[in-house]
Amino acid sequence: MSEPQTMNTTMTSMLDVENFTLGYTNAEGSLVSVLRNVSLQIAPGEALGLVGESGCGKSTLALAMMAFLRSGSRVQNGTIRFHDQELFALKPKMLQSLRGGRIGLIPQNAGQSLTPTLKIDAQLYEALKLHSNLPRSQWRQRAIELLQQVRLPAPEAMLGRYPHQLSGGQQQRVAVAMALAGQPELLILDEPTTGLDVTTQAHILELLRTLRQELGMAMVFVSHDLGAVARISDRIAVMYAGEVIELGSSREVLLQPTHPYTRALLNAIPRLDAEGLPPSLPGYPPKVGSVTQGCAFARRCPHAQPICGEQDAPLAALSGHQVRCHLAGELKRPASDSKVVHLPVQSSEESLLMLEQVQISYHRPGLMDTLLQRPAPVATVDGIDLQLKKGETLALVGESGSGKSTIMRAISGIQPARDGQIRLKQDDLNLPVEQRSKALKRRVQMIFQNPDASLNPRHTVFEILQQPLKLYFGLNHDACRDKAAELLALVRLAPHYLDRLPGQLSGGEKQRVAIARCFAGDPDLILCDEVTSALDVSVQAAVLKLLKELQQQRGVTYLFIAHDLAVVKAIADQVAVLYQGRICQVGSVNEVFSGHHHPYTRTLLNAVLEPDPDHQPIIQGEDSPEQHPPARGCAYQRRCPLAEPRCKEQLPPWKTDGGNRIRCHLELDALATLIDRPQMIKAVNA
Amino acid sequence: MTAITMDMNTPAAKPASRWRQVWSNLRRSPSGMIGLSVLVLHLLLALLAPWLAPHDWTLQNGYQILQPPSEAFWFGTDHMGRDLLSRTLMGGREAITVTLLGTLLAVGWGGLVGMTLGFVGGRVDAWLMRVIDALLAIPWLLFLLLVIALVGQQTWTLVLTLGFFFGIAVVRVVRGATLEYVPRDFVLAARTRGESRLTIVVRELLPNVLDALLVEAAMRWAWMLLAFSSLSFLGFGVVPPTPDWGLMIADSRGMISIAPWAVIFPALALSTLIISINLTADALAKAIGLDRAKAPV
Amino acid sequence: MLKLILQRLAMALFTLLTVCVLVFSITEALPGDVCTAYLGRDAQGTRLENCRQARNLDQPALQRFADWGTGVMQGSLGTSLKRDKPINDLVATRMRNTAVLALGAALIGIPLAIFLGVIAALRRDRPADVLISGGSIFAMTIPEFVTATVLVLIFSIQLQWFPAVTTVRHNAPVSELLPNIVLPMITLALVMMAHILRMVRSAMIDVMASDFVQMARLKGVPFWRIVCLHALPSAMLPTINIIALTVAWLLGGAVIIEQVFNYPGIGTLMIRAIYDRDLPLVQAIALILATVYVLCNLLADLSSLALNPRLRTAR
Repeated sequence: MSEPQTMNTTMTSMLDVENFTLGYTNAEGSLVSVLRNVSLQIAPGEALGLVGESGCGKSTLALAMMAFLRSGSRVQNGTIRFHDQELFALKPKMLQSLRGGRIGLIPQNAGQSLTPTLKIDAQLYEALKLHSNLPRSQWRQRAIELLQQVRLPAPEAMLGRYPHQLSGGQQQRVAVAMALAGQPELLILDEPTTGLDVTTQAHILELLRTLRQELGMAMVFVSHDLGAVARISDRIAVMYAGEVIELGSSREVLLQPTHPYTRALLNAIPRLDAEGLPPSLPGYPPKVGSVTQGCAFARRCPHAQPICGEQDAPLAALSGHQVRCHLAGELKRPASDSKVVHLPVQSSEESLLMLEQVQISYHRPGLMDTLLQRPAPVATVDGIDLQLKKGETLALVGESGSGKSTIMRAISGIQPARDGQIRLKQDDLNLPVEQRSKALKRRVQMIFQNPDASLNPRHTVFEILQQPLKLYFGLNHDACRDKAAELLALVRLAPHYLDRLPGQLSGGEKQRVAIARCFAGDPDLILCDEVTSALDVSVQAAVLKLLKELQQQRGVTYLFIAHDLAVVKAIADQVAVLYQGRICQVGSVNEVFSGHHHPYTRTLLNAVLEPDPDHQPIIQGEDSPEQHPPARGCAYQRRCPLAEPRCKEQLPPWKTDGGNRIRCHLELDALATLIDRPQMIKAVNA
Repeated sequence: MTAITMDMNTPAAKPASRWRQVWSNLRRSPSGMIGLSVLVLHLLLALLAPWLAPHDWTLQNGYQILQPPSEAFWFGTDHMGRDLLSRTLMGGREAITVTLLGTLLAVGWGGLVGMTLGFVGGRVDAWLMRVIDALLAIPWLLFLLLVIALVGQQTWTLVLTLGFFFGIAVVRVVRGATLEYVPRDFVLAARTRGESRLTIVVRELLPNVLDALLVEAAMRWAWMLLAFSSLSFLGFGVVPPTPDWGLMIADSRGMISIAPWAVIFPALALSTLIISINLTADALAKAIGLDRAKAPV
Repeated sequence: MLKLILQRLAMALFTLLTVCVLVFSITEALPGDVCTAYLGRDAQGTRLENCRQARNLDQPALQRFADWGTGVMQGSLGTSLKRDKPINDLVATRMRNTAVLALGAALIGIPLAIFLGVIAALRRDRPADVLISGGSIFAMTIPEFVTATVLVLIFSIQLQWFPAVTTVRHNAPVSELLPNIVLPMITLALVMMAHILRMVRSAMIDVMASDFVQMARLKGVPFWRIVCLHALPSAMLPTINIIALTVAWLLGGAVIIEQVFNYPGIGTLMIRAIYDRDLPLVQAIALILATVYVLCNLLADLSSLALNPRLRTAR
């Protein structure tokens, strides 16, 4: 630090946002407010969580705390002060020493935020050069210390690497180390764990917690994930459409939410310990700047009164926390709108999809491989046995690289299996899609993760729906149009959507169109590839419900890929846990989640976060990802805390416990005793 | 049905079509509008030239050699006493016709081959791209000149050879643009649905690649005009006495110190035409949302 | 790393082989043969017979291709019809002259283009950018012979600083050539700068909008340090290919400019060969220019490898 600041002892807040309103000039050239009248304070050493769904302005606010505005934005009103210095009035030189020095940032996507052409050491040295007084000779020593501090293995070797040579979790740790180089008083974390695998996420969050205890810095933690926020924050500010609508201690906001939006949001999160589907919020969040008058949430609020649409709600202080709602006083009772949706399962005994000993490999032997007789690498996916009954939902879970999508590609015929049998009733699904009959193609349909990518941006909704109708049924234009409107009604969209382009729809609407397109073929089996992970929580719940309802009406069968175990718990009947392309455990959802666990299943379950300040994930083993599945033995041998020598040599046998099958050398009882399910620990928040 | 509400707001007015949007973007670019107006003016003048030309553009007049611009001859006369205004007006017709046809040919075959290669991918694509690379390595001007020297300077020879050689670069660009869309999920969706390859290329890829193709066409046209005028300048383009800007510049270049107007007016006409196409193409690319500078030259 | 380099080399070699085949087959596909093309109206009787015999035209095409190919492999490009001399001798000095010209233009043009491109990108849509970008459109689109003519009018006729056309012989020493290359060099540099500059500008705009540049700002890195250390290396990646293309064009395609200034380079020789319908010479030049092109691209590929750690190092 260049000049030690004389701390004002009477001052309690270190960062003070007051009445802050930020405008943005949109494509039509008009100035709209992205942030409206935001006021909040952060005390030294305090951690504040900023939560909200996409587009609510949480990242914009966080970056404004570093006096950074995106081009086209300007401050309309209010101030942000850091130790009584108005940030937006600082001279560029001062700002430069502040950023990365006393205020550090940990970005959302570390992989893209590290300069790709510079090695890790050069980037760390730069931070030390700019923001510390260390002489050049000590940079290397300090850089190694920093990497050790973020628990990176082999820091010396790490220094000589380029960012792309590290895994996602490692990149995120390097970004943390870089922020720590300036010894910040305030650390801004912009969705630091989004996009990481569950176990990696749990590791990074634990690291951040311990760093905070060791170094005592204040934090602003921005996230859409209330579970992650609950782990870090002392206080939480909930944002909606550019406003802070609720602000209070984590405990109060999470356990006794007052604002209707906060309640609905918390209810919409699927939980491991709940049964059935979470209730969903109606509608979609408003477009940026579209609300200029009244409560932004009024249109979706179940309690809305006429006054809500007319007057801006004041930020009322209610027993220690602040709520921006006209009805705040009256809504104090625990919400009655939190009922969980139960839909009965209608599965028959008839089995629809069969996978037997399926093996899939992306490796295609080249000329040199054949000539030199190189051994083929271990198959990406191997030994998959699955059975799916008609009308059921089977979920495939596992981290990235577990082969979930590969199995789906094999069933859809894009990447045919190298070995084994895939059948849909009597029909052979081993055929690549080009060789399948039209009827068979029609019976297997797929919904993709990201509707932005799966809908052709140049086609209208009608043209999108018309294509399967023409292909499978040869309908003419008018018949297509009628049928397309029917399909839209099926996914609860009005017929005037037919002439819109995907770019004019919201994320949830796009995914509905994608669902409608897949039902156009009247399929038997629908492959759902992470269909809700690109959506906001409030929209996710509605889409899950829609899928479940359609399953009941149409009797379709879902093969569902997800990484979020709570979502799986909510929607699936059967679940298969995959690691490195091999099944570790398979069975009915209830038995798999509450019975005996494969060590990997347990690691996954233990890493799950809940929006509850008392919930504490248990972290096991390392989070370093693996490149290739092992050639022999158990797939999970390298990371398993219980691994024995035989795990490296022999393929473990299946252990059966009712409908729950586990592939492990250990006896079921041994598995049960070693590590407990994550429990609610009444931890005193630091 | 409480959880999911239909959006039953009054249907919004039918959203503006994409091309209308592009046009309104284009209108906001001053350089694009200047370019487009100059381009339209050029095309109109070329179309109406035979009726606009005040004098016979081939008539030689020994008494009026190298006259400076005057009331009778607004642009002056050349070394054979021909009226330069009439010749300048007429001088773009052959160039514009040949290059427009050549551009259509180039974009047509290049676009088709590029899109197919991009979609098919794999080894076929890899090997054929090596051939395309080799074709690009060959100095096309050399072979253009050779073909013309041996086959003759007929219009169709020029159109075919220019179209062929310029199409090679189009293949690369369109293939690149296609490759950007092939891994997208909507193409995968069409494949899992079981659409035929032709449907995927025409229905899914073409609408997306069309932007790149359109900008590419405008750009190729400008380059081809440049190439055509170079050919004329070297004496391989238009057969005299048909007037052509490149040829006029070549003929009068030696006399530039005594009769600069004989060079300046055709040079001005040629340059403004090519610049106007370029300005239009740049603005169009910007209006569509493409970055033209990234296309290989 | 070595594997990658070898791979690029093999690809370049394959391209060159294809070029040989293409050059030969295009000449074969043209109407008539080498002798009828050369002799034109006189292509009859004993003259034609003698010519054909001397050129082994009675042999099948494949045989002739093999002969030509072996000659090329051994470094002999054949003999010129018109001049009746080994093509190697004709080409050597011309290639040297062109290289001198290209080197001059590249040394001025490339650094200046990168500099101006960066400035234009950083000052996007402000006066400096409008001026630079506008200027580049003009430099790029005005035909080279027009630019050259204007330069001659100003610097040779009005100011009389430089000669308008080259009058020295093609095999004159470089020192005698030097005053002659100034004007063609400026013309060449202008055109090539325009292309490179546009690419640098566009790449730089993209990179400056990237996450890692935003992050560097939020790390408090001074502006010019961001530009030079964080942004420029990434922005140079797409630019390298354009530089290679323009250098290849300088070394071979600058035909018009050499012709306008009557500069004794490979371009003028090429035009001469076409006028003379000297097909063996045309083939040889085509092959040389294609080789230059392939080599330039190879160099660009290799420099991309050096500059881009993603290509160079595996995960």
